[in-house]
Amino acid sequence: MRADRPFTSAARRILAAGGAVLAAMTASAAMLAAPAAASTADVATDCTPDGTTACVSPIVLDANNDPLPGIDVTVSGSAFEETITSTDGPVSIKVPEVGAYTLTVDLATVPDGMAPNAQERQVTAQLGSTARGAFRIAPGSAPPASGSTTEPSESATDAGEGADTGEEAEAGGIGADGSTENLSGWPAFSQVWQQFGSGIRFGLLLALASVGLSLIYGTTGISTFSHGEQVTLGALLGFMSINWWGLPVWAAVLVTIVICAATGWFQDVVLWGPLRKRGTPVMQLMIVTIGLSMALQYLIQMFIGGQSRRVLPSNARPVEIAGITLSAASWLSMLVALAVIGVIAWFLTQTRIGRATRAVSDNAALAAATGINPDRIVRIVWTMSTGLAGLSGMLLAISFGSFTWTLGMILLLLMFASVTLGGMGTAFGALAGSMVIGLVVEMSTLIPGMPSSLRYASGLLILILVLLIRPQGLLGRAVRVG
Amino acid sequence: MDELSRILIQALGQLIAPATAAYALAAIGLNLHFGYTGLLNIGQAGFMLMGAYGFAIATIEGAPFWLAFLIAAAAGALLGLILGIPTLKLRGDYLAIVTISAAEIIRFAGRSTLWAEYTGGASGLAGTAYKTTFQALSPLPDGRTAIGPFEYIHNGSDSWWTRIFAWGLVLVAVLLVWLITRSPWGRVLKGIREDEDAVRALGKNVFSYKMQALILGGMAGSLAGMLFVLPISVSPDNMGRTLTFFVWTVMLLGGAATLWGPVLGSMLFFFVYMLVRTGMRSGLADVMPTQNVEYLAGLLVGVALMCIVIFRPQGILGNKKELAFDVR
Repeated sequence: MRADRPFTSAARRILAAGGAVLAAMTASAAMLAAPAAASTADVATDCTPDGTTACVSPIVLDANNDPLPGIDVTVSGSAFEETITSTDGPVSIKVPEVGAYTLTVDLATVPDGMAPNAQERQVTAQLGSTARGAFRIAPGSAPPASGSTTEPSESATDAGEGADTGEEAEAGGIGADGSTENLSGWPAFSQVWQQFGSGIRFGLLLALASVGLSLIYGTTGISTFSHGEQVTLGALLGFMSINWWGLPVWAAVLVTIVICAATGWFQDVVLWGPLRKRGTPVMQLMIVTIGLSMALQYLIQMFIGGQSRRVLPSNARPVEIAGITLSAASWLSMLVALAVIGVIAWFLTQTRIGRATRAVSDNAALAAATGINPDRIVRIVWTMSTGLAGLSGMLLAISFGSFTWTLGMILLLLMFASVTLGGMGTAFGALAGSMVIGLVVEMSTLIPGMPSSLRYASGLLILILVLLIRPQGLLGRAVRVG
Repeated sequence: MDELSRILIQALGQLIAPATAAYALAAIGLNLHFGYTGLLNIGQAGFMLMGAYGFAIATIEGAPFWLAFLIAAAAGALLGLILGIPTLKLRGDYLAIVTISAAEIIRFAGRSTLWAEYTGGASGLAGTAYKTTFQALSPLPDGRTAIGPFEYIHNGSDSWWTRIFAWGLVLVAVLLVWLITRSPWGRVLKGIREDEDAVRALGKNVFSYKMQALILGGMAGSLAGMLFVLPISVSPDNMGRTLTFFVWTVMLLGGAATLWGPVLGSMLFFFVYMLVRTGMRSGLADVMPTQNVEYLAGLLVGVALMCIVIFRPQGILGNKKELAFDVR
């Protein structure tokens, strides 16, 4: 379950009311900022984590996110089993050794007509911190929405002040389920390995989106700022086709790709094509992509508002392969991403159009002179890139559990970092760059004291370092770029 | 009829609102970057956030008003320096990529718990914590005055004093921009915008000129951030990417590379924006919820920005020839 971090969580602002409890629950450092939380934040009623103590704390909430007393939760691990009963306040228990523990709700203690959203949660206990697992017990028999929580995004939005109505989301999505707080001490190997797996997953999914960004840059010279929203659009369409239109997942993937690719084709027909003919400077086109990004962002918000949405309605099923635990959906997403990347590589190196694409990317005038129609190639690139971005968005939303409208905004930064790291305009550079960025972002959460909301900052750091040391990127040719 | 005049008065109020002044000042800084020097800064909100935090934190730590003011400006200058060093020697779009990323990261950093002791984390800093030194500066007696349809209290957050100070600062900035852009220094900037290599061939240090422009515009941006939070509170989520995009719209609407473009753009933009929003809110009340009206308004701003750039890149006041340059 560790892997199932929702990308963000702003959504449930209403929950901010339950700030104190939620804060204890989410364990995210970011949470402790909420003022309500600051005073009562810590769990430690009967276990205080320190350098030699590891604590595990179950959190049981009702549908309104108020603590639900009287529920028995069993904490079990290697050679350890203890049952604690939830109270009105936080409870925690000292565990003898670090490692994985399972929290199990005793269904007999759950009131009639109510059901927990999950019966078991996996947490990883660490020295110096409290590992928390949250259960929400709500009326009904089927597991409802999610136990992956939410941070009460406390936002003092002055809606009247023009700009950012509703921009309250937080990027460093932390699921409460079993997320741990890294207070002190360097992580164990198993954690590093686990984050390595998450990093590979993130890198593969990121690569799908950044290859498109790189191809667009290569063929048109535009760094498109709307590419992030194209990713969110994919997540949104995935959500809508599964939850609103009731399509099976494979059909939803196809529908998402087709619609997203159609948006790219349409943009090139009505917007980029005519502007190319007019000879509009690239600088102006980049500002047009800013306008497009803003328009798309608000369009997406008209559908989902500020809420975080789950693409797959069912709860994630953890699957362990080679010591890495990710949800089954994540593993499948990685497979799909790998396959698609393989197809892209085949397309670019083996097919006529793919080779023409690389030729245009290299030198458009020369390519035109050899009989390639750059206009046609650019149209294909826009269509393909937006389709890939859509696929990437949907798979990301599936793997991370949920998404909000900020998904693309965060990804855009990481895509730019990947593309710059790999070498702008080179498709395979974007792939390599994405893997590096994915790994760095996921593994940077292992650094002690690093709030996970800041993990995306590592992308910026890499971006600046690359520009200082090797501006043409890993695979870029050493031409003058300035 | 009553409804109509209420909407109109509300929109007219935007013409002199402190937020409008803040946007104007931010756009003046951006104009120095983009209009005069040709630098693509897509992270003006980051500069504004630095200024807002700089001013608020300095005041909370006990600095007098003018020291906090200087710290706000210095925060913007520092950010400009940090972002300029890796990017200004490279092609123009690297600056764009780095600034848009940096603005978001500053926002994340502001709302993270790491420095929550100072920044207040996600909830930001309450206005009352840092407004007192500014309001103590007011020479106006307590009371309220109505001029035409505008009636505000003299002192306080949403007051005449805030408006006088904000617009005064905007006027000073306009004067400075007028002075520096008609100097030899300003002509070098325009030369860099048109042809960097030609200017380099003339023996000018292009990097240094670009850096100076980035820092000066960044300082204008960070002071705009201070103006932005003076009537309200420091809330990182209010100062994200959308803020940057609005500043761009404001600047391009009025006209890049013009003296009064940002000011005109800001006043016109917020007048129309408020008119459209309140109009739609009462007109579309039956069709969609209020929140969606806000989203629709934002969508329209995005479309408007695209249309401005496509159909009238010089904006209202600008000269089309001045905006034919490209990234290199």
